[in-house]
Amino acid sequence: MIELKNVQVKVADFHLEQINLSVSKGMYTVILGPTGAGKTVLLESIAGLHAVREGEILLDGRNVTGTVPEERGVSIVYQDYTLFPHLTVKENIIFGLKVRHMPHSKIGGELEWICGIFEVQSLLKRLPATLSGGERQRVALARALITKPEILLLDEPLSALDAESREEMYTQLKDTHQKLNITTLHVTHDFEEAMSLADSIVVINQGKIAQIGKPSEIFYHPSSKFVANFTMARNIFEGNITGQDRQGKVFKTNDFAIFSSSEKLAAQYAVIRAEMVQVTLEQPFSSSNLFRGTVKSIVDKGTNILLTIDCPPLFECLLPRQQFEKMSLNIGNQVYVSFLPSSVHLI
Amino acid sequence: MEVIPKFIRTASSFLRRHRLLVGFGVLSLLIVLFVLVPLFKIVFLSNKEALWQSIQDITVLKSILLTLYAALITVVIGFALGVPLAFILARYNFPLKGVVEGLIDLPIVVPHTAAGIALLFVFGRDFLLGKWFNSIGVHFVDSLAGIIIAMLFVSVPFLINSAKDGFRKVDVRLENVARTLGASPWQVFRRVTFPLARRSIASGTLMMWARGISEFGAVIILTYYPMVTSILIYQRFESYGLTQAIPVAAILVIICALIFIGFRFFLQRDKKRD
Repeated sequence: MIELKNVQVKVADFHLEQINLSVSKGMYTVILGPTGAGKTVLLESIAGLHAVREGEILLDGRNVTGTVPEERGVSIVYQDYTLFPHLTVKENIIFGLKVRHMPHSKIGGELEWICGIFEVQSLLKRLPATLSGGERQRVALARALITKPEILLLDEPLSALDAESREEMYTQLKDTHQKLNITTLHVTHDFEEAMSLADSIVVINQGKIAQIGKPSEIFYHPSSKFVANFTMARNIFEGNITGQDRQGKVFKTNDFAIFSSSEKLAAQYAVIRAEMVQVTLEQPFSSSNLFRGTVKSIVDKGTNILLTIDCPPLFECLLPRQQFEKMSLNIGNQVYVSFLPSSVHLI
Repeated sequence: MEVIPKFIRTASSFLRRHRLLVGFGVLSLLIVLFVLVPLFKIVFLSNKEALWQSIQDITVLKSILLTLYAALITVVIGFALGVPLAFILARYNFPLKGVVEGLIDLPIVVPHTAAGIALLFVFGRDFLLGKWFNSIGVHFVDSLAGIIIAMLFVSVPFLINSAKDGFRKVDVRLENVARTLGASPWQVFRRVTFPLARRSIASGTLMMWARGISEFGAVIILTYYPMVTSILIYQRFESYGLTQAIPVAAILVIICALIFIGFRFFLQRDKKRD
């Protein structure tokens, strides 16, 4: 278990401020945030690589705030895997055992065990420079886990991989986590990566925690405009709650009003995720939130199509490709835009 | 119509396409010749008989061995003291770091005779450290110790600067990973940082050693006798003229060239292995 209590860290001109975080044993937690948010500094602080100015870091109940990195039982894997370039794969993997002076006879057994998990047996004699991205990552994970750390820290471990290898590595990371049940903190700026892997997500921005929650909470109930933007909610409108009727809370902007089933009494923003917006050619039988508008732009996103519809306001909608093709939409077509009050999240 | 031969057309097209390369190539050739011609002349124009006599001359041999030995001891001391400083300069920030870095370069820019005098003021029998060392039987005037401190003073910046650049090139995250894997700071230095910076350190060590061998100005102020080779060449030139000085100089140039080429070859092989 990882606990951070009011942790403050200063690295050059960057500050981590009042970080309070609790990660249960065996959980896969993703720290999500834009570049420069302080994700790596947070990870390195947990590893003991930066001095904590104030606050406490507890690992499995043990206060490690002043403990040196080699005594924390934490392994870190960086973005580009940082394998020791002058050592072979085998020497890389057993590095942690050698510096701990493990007897040779035992090292062999541990090496065999970890090679079995990561399938790196055939790579042992090679130098890191000759490995592919996926192979490097497997070796880096093997090196990090052979010492059986209590906590695994992953700093953007998938960003150096091509799309195909990434898919493979999602599975690899999930499998490894399930097999070893190791508490894992994974840093990324990629929201989809976080959604695919995390038991819980910590959103961080400018050195502060913006929100902590399960992926669905972060996705459907962002706590701030920043989180809504960062999780690609796309439709964020500024206004306020002006009343309540049988359809729900009335949220008014300068130009229009929408209904929300939110329990909130006051709000500054209404957030509607692009995939929760319905687009139809015919007017739906009934809908609390209904607009008519013109298709302004069509962007092909692969499996989905992103439409911008000028009602006004401008709504962004993600349509599955199949539905889009069935509707044969073109720029300039008139369409209806509708969404449920339960899809309108108020902040 | 005049027909231009094909090779002239090809050459003219090459010159037009590679104007920068040709221009820089000519300038590079000039500086390479400037360095090589005097060295070749000293080796190949020296009288073979005189060269052979010099090789058998015990004074010359003693002097060359003394120079190589003193430069080697200097390198060992410089390595032990300079590499830790280079690591600190590469990895840590501290007040007045820029001043320290500037001071390290000072021996390169100060005239070496002035450096010799400065050392005399510290290590001379009647001064500061000299008095203390004198009391434990170590003398820096007209002694091997004097040669070593003179060589050390003028040559150690080469090792420190080269090692510092080498350490800076080592990704700090490799050291971080090693720490989290259980390595102590010393183990990280020994197993990761030093091996990865080894080429720069080796190159700096070679430069330091070479600079030590060739030192004249600072050594002559502290130690005329026993005579290092650079002083012996000067002494032969002053006493007997050019003909007696050339063979000694030629032997030193040949030895240095062999060691230098051998070392570079070794470094190149090490690079290829990675």
